[in-house]
Order: sequence, then structure tokens, then C-alpha cells
Amino acid sequence: MATTQALTPAMQRQRNARMRRNLLYLVLLALALVAPLAIYPVFLMKVLCFALFACAFNLLLGYAGLLSFGHAAFLATGGYFTGIMLSSYPGLTPEAGILIGTLAAVVLGTFFGVLSIRRQGIYFAMVTLALAQMMFFFFIQAPFTGGEDGLHGVPRGELFGLISLSENLPMYYFVLAIFVIGFAIIQRTVHSPFGQVLKAIRENEPRAVSLGYNVDAYKLVAFVISAGLAGLAGSTKTVVFQLASLTDAHWHMSGEVILMTLLGGVGTLFGPVVGAGLVVSLQTQLAQSPLGNWVSVILGAIFVICVLSFRSGIVGEIGKLVRKNFK
Amino acid sequence: MTMIFGVPLAVFMGQLMLGLINGAFYALLSLGLAVIFGLLKIINFAHGAQYMLGAFAAMLALEYLGINYWVALLLVPLVVGGLGVVLERLILRRIAHLDHLYGLLLTYGLALILEGSLINIFGVSGSSYPTPEALQGGMNLGFMFLPIYRAWVLVAAMVVCVGTWFIIERTRLGAYLRAGTENPALMQAFGVNVPQLITLTYGFGVALAAFAGVLAAPLYPVSPTMGSSLLIVVFAVVVIGGMGSILGAIITGLAMGLIEGLTKVYYPEAANTVIFLVMILVLLMRPAGLFGKEA
Repeated sequence: MATTQALTPAMQRQRNARMRRNLLYLVLLALALVAPLAIYPVFLMKVLCFALFACAFNLLLGYAGLLSFGHAAFLATGGYFTGIMLSSYPGLTPEAGILIGTLAAVVLGTFFGVLSIRRQGIYFAMVTLALAQMMFFFFIQAPFTGGEDGLHGVPRGELFGLISLSENLPMYYFVLAIFVIGFAIIQRTVHSPFGQVLKAIRENEPRAVSLGYNVDAYKLVAFVISAGLAGLAGSTKTVVFQLASLTDAHWHMSGEVILMTLLGGVGTLFGPVVGAGLVVSLQTQLAQSPLGNWVSVILGAIFVICVLSFRSGIVGEIGKLVRKNFK
Repeated sequence: MTMIFGVPLAVFMGQLMLGLINGAFYALLSLGLAVIFGLLKIINFAHGAQYMLGAFAAMLALEYLGINYWVALLLVPLVVGGLGVVLERLILRRIAHLDHLYGLLLTYGLALILEGSLINIFGVSGSSYPTPEALQGGMNLGFMFLPIYRAWVLVAAMVVCVGTWFIIERTRLGAYLRAGTENPALMQAFGVNVPQLITLTYGFGVALAAFAGVLAAPLYPVSPTMGSSLLIVVFAVVVIGGMGSILGAIITGLAMGLIEGLTKVYYPEAANTVIFLVMILVLLMRPAGLFGKEA
């Protein structure tokens, strides 16, 4: 009783908001746990991998204001390294393989980050795109990636050497666990003091500099976290589908992750998840329909519509509605 | 046979020539990007698709309308540039007040639509455009064999590049353009129709891309994807040169083509990536680009 009285109305509101948010997380987690009963687990795993990829990308665009057009490079690096490790060392457990893939993406992210944050805005996008294209050529030519064919038959193995992942259901819960960890990292990053400084840099970089923040260091750390999580998504995807291919390294993939984020809502936590779910469903549906060849045209049209009249994305628009009507 | 660092002179010069031709296309395309960027402040991601459209338009015009190369060289840039004008008026103008990254995303969407549609209609495999009769054959220069069409491409590209430089740096229209780049609001206050200037600039940039497309049609297979892979290299060229200077864009484009050609002679495995490596070096040593203003 005494503690409740001591809270100011503002603090009370904040606490309510946090409780509502935690409740939402719990409900969504419960839904995710029972989802494989209703939906094909392989599809769900694909959505989760791309959702994590899009969330990682959104950390950079939505919270640091940096548009990377080269995130495919991290997805592919994670995927290839995990694939190579698991294929060549049969004793390696899948979680170790995923860890190695993620670390590879972190290393590459550090390198890309150091280079690309030297330029801003549009140049940043062009630099990341060019660097990713360089990695694409590297993956084509390197002797260990299988060139145009990619890597096939990567073993799923046994989690911690104990639980076989060859069945889809245990695999799904493992992927869900990875997604939850990745999402939690992003959620904590965004709501930490570090995340606040990132937003300050996004809103007004010269001001952040004048306040004494080492802007480049903040951007670099955000870039590396984002690259690492994108690599985590790629590594996990390789284990799920047992293959790593050039599609993941192609610049179309970098465009797709932008579309997922834009469609769902840039700078919202759940937007990229919604966007990834929609884009993956759309691709799956279209692939089976007569419109299968028009996927990239349709994605392009969605891009144009989003930019012209739907810039907050689905989650962003819902957020606006809620704020307007339930204040 | 004369050898240069262990390579026959003819081979060396031949690759150098190929590099120079590639460089001419880098120069034309990065020039168009720079002109558009100067006034609209957006990166035109549809530039590669518009270049491809130029090549396709030339091919279709020949096939269905019997329009020959020389007429196409003049007509296609006008038509495709006209499409650019319509695009600017109808769509790009509506997002001009937003963060310029949206322009990049929008033109990327347009590029996907254009490329995807043409792939569905014509397939991915390229078709070839015949070299115009007057430019067939080649000359023997003694130290190398020079196909006439390649020489023509080089000359035409340079004439257009220098012409563009002249318009922008030496004419009244160019002065408006440069002033508009610096301060559009003040230009508007002086009574210059800035929105119209912006539309024309975008149309001109697109026409440059289409012109490059027609030039490229007899050289490379005409396919829907011919533009996108080229565009990424051009982006790297733009990062290397910086978009502040017209002459800088031309020089950087040619130089990068040459470097690529040389790499093909001495270390072919890296030919695809050498321009990106140069970009990394430039970012490390001179982040604003070779001709860029320090921001």
C-alpha cells in the first residue's frame, strides 16, 4: 500500500505499460508454443528465421537510422560457416555450429561496420551494398562453398549431443528458443541507455556529438550486434533447411529484409516479425500459384506502395490508431 | 612478340581497351547518378533498370519498327527520359519532402518491377543486337586489333560526358542547376521554376542511362538483368569518386574500368572484386571520396 502511494502518476502509467507489454509477450509466447499444432512447423521455422533476420536489420535502421543494403552478407556468412562446420566435423553439435556461424558474422560485421560508418545516409547504403556484393563474388569463387550449387545435406545433428533434431517438432522448439533469445537481446538493447543514445543519434547526430557521445563507437556496436543476430538467423536457417546457398548472399535478399521491416513497421519491435511473416507467406502462396514468376514484381509493387502511403508499416499504423483512440 | 610484364602486348592492350570501354559505361552511369543526386538528393536505384530499358527499347525498335541504330541512339534516350519525367512528376515528387532514403527504396521497388516484368516477358537469357554496318570490322593498329564499334563507343561516351560537363559548368542552365543544388529555396525566390528544373534534371539523368543502354546493346547480351549487376559496381565507383564533381565522376569511371581491365590480365580471379577493394582503400584513406568534399 505504502509503495503504491509513493508512485507518481507518470511512474504508475509507465509501470502499467510495462505490465501490459509483459502480458503481451507471454500471450505471444504461448501462441508460438502451440502454433505447430495448427501450422506446418517448417513454414513456421522459416518465418522465425526471417523474423530474427528482419529484427536484426531493424535494430540498425529503426533505432540507429542506418539503412544497410548489405545485410544478406551476414545472413549468408552465418549460413555458410555453420554449414561448412557441421558438414566437415560430424561430431560438432548444432548449437556449436550455430555459434561459430554467428561469430563469423560478428567478425565480418566489425569489418564492414568500421568501413561503412565512415560515410552517412545514402553513401552508407551504397557502401554496404558494394561490400555485400564483394562477399557474393567471394562465395561464388571460394573453394569451400560449393559455388553456384551451394552446400547441401548439412546434418541437423543432436542438440547438446542429446536431443535429435531430425524431427521437425524438436527442431521447431529449438528455433523458437533461438528466436526468443535474439528478440530478447534486441529488446534489451533498444530499451537500455545504449538504445536511448542510438535513438538520439538517429534523431540528431550533431547534437549527440556535441553532448559528448562517441557517435562512431555507438554506431559500430549497433552494427556488430545487428550483423551478429543476422548471422544467427542465417546459421539457424542452414540447420533447419540443411543447406546454404547463394540466394542468401544475393542483394535481392538485402532488399527483401528491408521490405519485411518497412511493411511491418520500421522502429517497432514487432513490426519486422509481422513483415517477415507476411512476406514469407506471400512468397510461399505465390510460388504455388500461376503468379509464381511475378514474385519480384509484386514485392516491388509493395515496396512502392509502402513508401508512398504506408511508411509507418502495419504495426506502426496500429500503434497510431491505439494511441489516438485509447489515450 | 613484345611482352609487358610477361603478357603479350596485344593481349595486354586488348584487355586495357575492354577495361576502358567498361570504364566509359561506369562514367556515363555514375555521371547520371551524380546529376540526379545533385538536385533531387536521391540515389536513383532504378538507374540500372533504365539503362537496361534503353538497350531493350533499341532492340525492340529494330525488331518491330525497323528503327535503325542511329535513330535509336537519338530517339530511345528521349523516350526513356520522357518516362523518367512522368515518373518524377507522378511519384518521386510526392516523397521529395521525406528522408532521402525513401527515394532509394522507392526507386529500388521500381527497379524490381521493371526487371521482373521484362524477365517474365523476354526471359533471362540475353539476345544480341547487331552492330550497325558502318561500324563493323576493325583496324589493325600494329600493336593490337581495334574493333571499330568499341572505338566508337569510347568516342561517343566521351563526347556525351564532356558535353554534360560543359552544360553544367559553362552554360546558364547549368548555373541554375548548380545554384539549385546549393540552395533551391533561394533559387525559387529569385523566380526560377525549381520544380520544373528538378523534373528536367531527372529526365536528363534517365536519358543518359538510356543512351548508355543503346551504346551497350551491340556489345553485351541484351537481357533484363544487364543493369542491376552493373549498377552495384557503379555505386562503388560513385563512393570512390564522390558525387560532388562531374569531372571527378568521369575520371573515376574510366580509371576504375582500366584497373578492372588490368586485373583481368594479371589476376583474373579478383577482376570482379577489385573495384570493391579500391572502394575499401578509399574509405580507409579518404572517406569523403577522391573528389568529394569533406563533410
